[in-house]
Amino acid sequence: MSRLIALLAAVIVLAATTLHASGQTAKPVSEDVVHEVAVQLRCVVCQNLSVADSPSEMASQMRAIIRERLAAGESPAEVQRYFVERYGEWILLAPPRRGFNLLVWLLPLAAVLVGLAAAALLIRRWTRRARTAPTSPVAVDAAMSERIRRELERES
Amino acid sequence: MTADLGYGMTLVALGLAVYGGLAAGIGAKTGRLALVESAQHAALGVFALVTSCFALLTYAFLTFDFSVRYVATNTNLGTPFYYRITAVWGALEGSIILWSWMLALYTIILIVRHRVGARELYPWALATMLGILAFFLLVMTVAAPPFQRQTPVPPDGRGLNPLLEDTGMITHPVALYLGFTGFTVPFAFAMAALITGRIGDTWLALTRRWTIVAWYFLSLGLLIGGWWSYHVLGWGGYWAWDPVENAAFMPWLTGTAFLHSVMIQERRRMLRLWNISLVILTFGLTLFGTFLTRSGVIASVHAFTQGSIGILFLSFLALVLLTALGLVAWRWETIRSEGELDSVVSRESAFLLNNVLLVAAAFTVFFGTVFPLLSEAVRGVKVSVGAPFFNQVNIPLFLSLVFLMGVGPLIAWRRASLDNLKRNFLWPVALGIVAATAAFALGVRSFLAVLTFATTVFVAVTIAVDFTRATRARLRLGESLLPAMGRLLVRHNRRYGGFVVHLGILIIALGVMGSHAWSVQTETTLRRGETAELAGYRFRFNGLTAVEESNHFKVVGDFTVSNGRVLGVLRPAKKFYPQEQAPIAYVDYRLGLREDLYLVLGDFARDGSQATIKLQVNRLVSWIWIGGFVLTLGALLAILPERHKTA
Amino acid sequence: MKLWRWLIPLAAVPVLALLAYGFRVSPRDIPSPLVGRPAPGFALSTLDGAPMTLEGHRGKVLVLNFWASWCYPACYEEAPVLERNWRGYRDRGVVVVGVDIQDKREAAEKFVADFGLTFPIAQDLKGTVSVDYGVYGVPETFFVDRQGRIRVKHVGAVTDDVFRKAVDRLLAEAGAP
Repeated sequence: MSRLIALLAAVIVLAATTLHASGQTAKPVSEDVVHEVAVQLRCVVCQNLSVADSPSEMASQMRAIIRERLAAGESPAEVQRYFVERYGEWILLAPPRRGFNLLVWLLPLAAVLVGLAAAALLIRRWTRRARTAPTSPVAVDAAMSERIRRELERES
Repeated sequence: MTADLGYGMTLVALGLAVYGGLAAGIGAKTGRLALVESAQHAALGVFALVTSCFALLTYAFLTFDFSVRYVATNTNLGTPFYYRITAVWGALEGSIILWSWMLALYTIILIVRHRVGARELYPWALATMLGILAFFLLVMTVAAPPFQRQTPVPPDGRGLNPLLEDTGMITHPVALYLGFTGFTVPFAFAMAALITGRIGDTWLALTRRWTIVAWYFLSLGLLIGGWWSYHVLGWGGYWAWDPVENAAFMPWLTGTAFLHSVMIQERRRMLRLWNISLVILTFGLTLFGTFLTRSGVIASVHAFTQGSIGILFLSFLALVLLTALGLVAWRWETIRSEGELDSVVSRESAFLLNNVLLVAAAFTVFFGTVFPLLSEAVRGVKVSVGAPFFNQVNIPLFLSLVFLMGVGPLIAWRRASLDNLKRNFLWPVALGIVAATAAFALGVRSFLAVLTFATTVFVAVTIAVDFTRATRARLRLGESLLPAMGRLLVRHNRRYGGFVVHLGILIIALGVMGSHAWSVQTETTLRRGETAELAGYRFRFNGLTAVEESNHFKVVGDFTVSNGRVLGVLRPAKKFYPQEQAPIAYVDYRLGLREDLYLVLGDFARDGSQATIKLQVNRLVSWIWIGGFVLTLGALLAILPERHKTA
Repeated sequence: MKLWRWLIPLAAVPVLALLAYGFRVSPRDIPSPLVGRPAPGFALSTLDGAPMTLEGHRGKVLVLNFWASWCYPACYEEAPVLERNWRGYRDRGVVVVGVDIQDKREAAEKFVADFGLTFPIAQDLKGTVSVDYGVYGVPETFFVDRQGRIRVKHVGAVTDDVFRKAVDRLLAEAGAP
């Protein structure tokens, strides 16, 4: 008797999971996810607009295709791969971070670092020059120099 | 007849410009003032001729003179009156004539203003201006002549590109070109400085106001372009990182860097080499921009056409860059300046950092724009570099720049003492942290949005701190509040004009942040009577109407918008122009301070029973235009003639 | 430091060279990754209602042409070319098939009637077929061999020359489906 119950339970659980799974593959797709995928793809008939943004009919059809494929259970990455297989890397609005394309991602960062380094060197040269410059102290009344300093700071 | 007359005038203008450039140059070299004066007369002649060409072309447009090919291509009998005027600069040839006219105008202003003051630099600057003007006239004569004859004369023209039938057409190219051409003058003076060896501060002082004016018009052109994109192009955005948008953005970035670093040279006589290089870079980028737009090398929304014009522009760009940079290399030793700094923490460092970030951003935009070309050259593979890339890489840079906007004006020159830092930054930092916490507490979860908000509050408080402290100082001297504030703005208009501009940038930054972080959109198909819902708004589809206009046929969708109570009706349309292959979508929108409702009509059934629409609720976009307005006020304030600073 | 300063103007040269390279390539010319790969299947119905599938043409050389009635002037130029060559080659194991994209039915029918096109033409109403083939503009023509592999993709109007060269080559190949 207990084995029968266990078998029944297993069947029920199995049926439930199958139903749940099939329900999952047929669930409606949120527009947000479609938008997320579409924003990474280039509208092929426009100049530089994404599939999400473009008002053209082609883009509208592409969005429908994205929606269908997502609803069929494909992941966003798989949908992206579907388009890349047909159009090439060109259809991605940001080049994939691989190989030669790393150049476009890393060179700007390198530019910032080089710039910061150059600026740092320049500042160091400026401060060193000030330190090594001969200072000839002028005899100034202490109260006067304090007032001058405060005025200067307030001015700037 | 018209075509021949116009063409003849263009040729004569070209000849005069070449003569003038040579005369001014030789006169400068040999010191013969008579030659320089002759060059001035030539410049006047060029201006008169180009103005006449412009007037002639406009007249041809207004009178439907289809014997001129340019008129026949860009207008037809149905084009409304005002668009016939703006159509003059609506396509390639007209844009060149507009550019040439502005250059000629600026040359005349340069003559009038600097003929007396800058004895050494003036002739060389004039020669440079005329040389550049000659190039654009050459383009107008050889590659893009606006006065070509159309035979046989057609009974009707083709018509203006429908996207250009907009008020933005009146202002966007004009402002943008005033900005681009405006940077020619500082460049001309920089060249004069390099040639004569007078690389001190004279050339800088002479060009200060030119730079602000050019920078302002460029900013205005960019903002209007964004507005145009937003309300005409129908995709719900204001900036697409399109190559030609980038081409205008790059000189703006380096121009902003130049605007700031000149202050270091003025105050402390440092960075002379850098300033000259920046102005050359900025001018070079404006040429690069016109090259991109007209050569067809990189695909873009704006691309006019191809042909020999691209080669001409590239050759000129090469000539300008190699000559100018060659001069820099030649004068290297004389340019390098001496500078002293007492501490790393100082305004000079802040300005240097500002420059590094701006030029790095310009480099990023440049490299991203040409990378598809590079990838093809090296790998043979075409790639796209678009909004996702530019947004990701640039946002940290821009955010840091906004932060610096708060630091720079308040930190002390040479050396910022701890006292100075505390006095100036305690409140801003404190309130910035409070703002961040408040945002988080109110439910904002986007890290970037919180950071942007905190930074803008920080900068706003620094401006407030400075302004209140200065006002209080005046109050202590016995003035009353409003006159004190007013006099402060006027007496120190450069500083406070700058502050107002910064304030404008802050507002724009908030608008950009809002639109990125919080805008929502959806797409759906509705049957007549059905309602779509987004962000608390309901859109009911009432039906379609077909309308026949003077030069197109349009289908208009009728949508009632409500959010509890009825707000109004939106009428997005699809316009069918006979000369265009595909219909053009016209959005309808409802602007608001906090959010804009945006509706695009997509596909529809012939009988009007259903329609596909794209809905957007864009947040804070209006702040971008408001910020632009504030920026205008600030720039105007900064350009005011300097008042003598008394207490 | 004497000679290093000349690096400054020299730095402009590679940039200018890259821009000059831009003249040799067209930004709208996207090479297709599908060339050499099996043609994606499709199942459409022609304007007359007959079914039209890729599988149905296995064993023949297939010329798959994507067009639209609003694509002027290129589609208008190539329509007579396609019709002419269809009539010339149809008995030699070649089939010409047209796929109309983003068009209203009346516009498609009018186009077919105007040019007297007799080869099978279907409308790709949802755009799935054009995306499947990586179409980014019209007209585009794919030449598929007898084994069902895409061998040539031609962007722009097809001329007699282009058609014959591609088809003759594919016909010459010994092919068991």
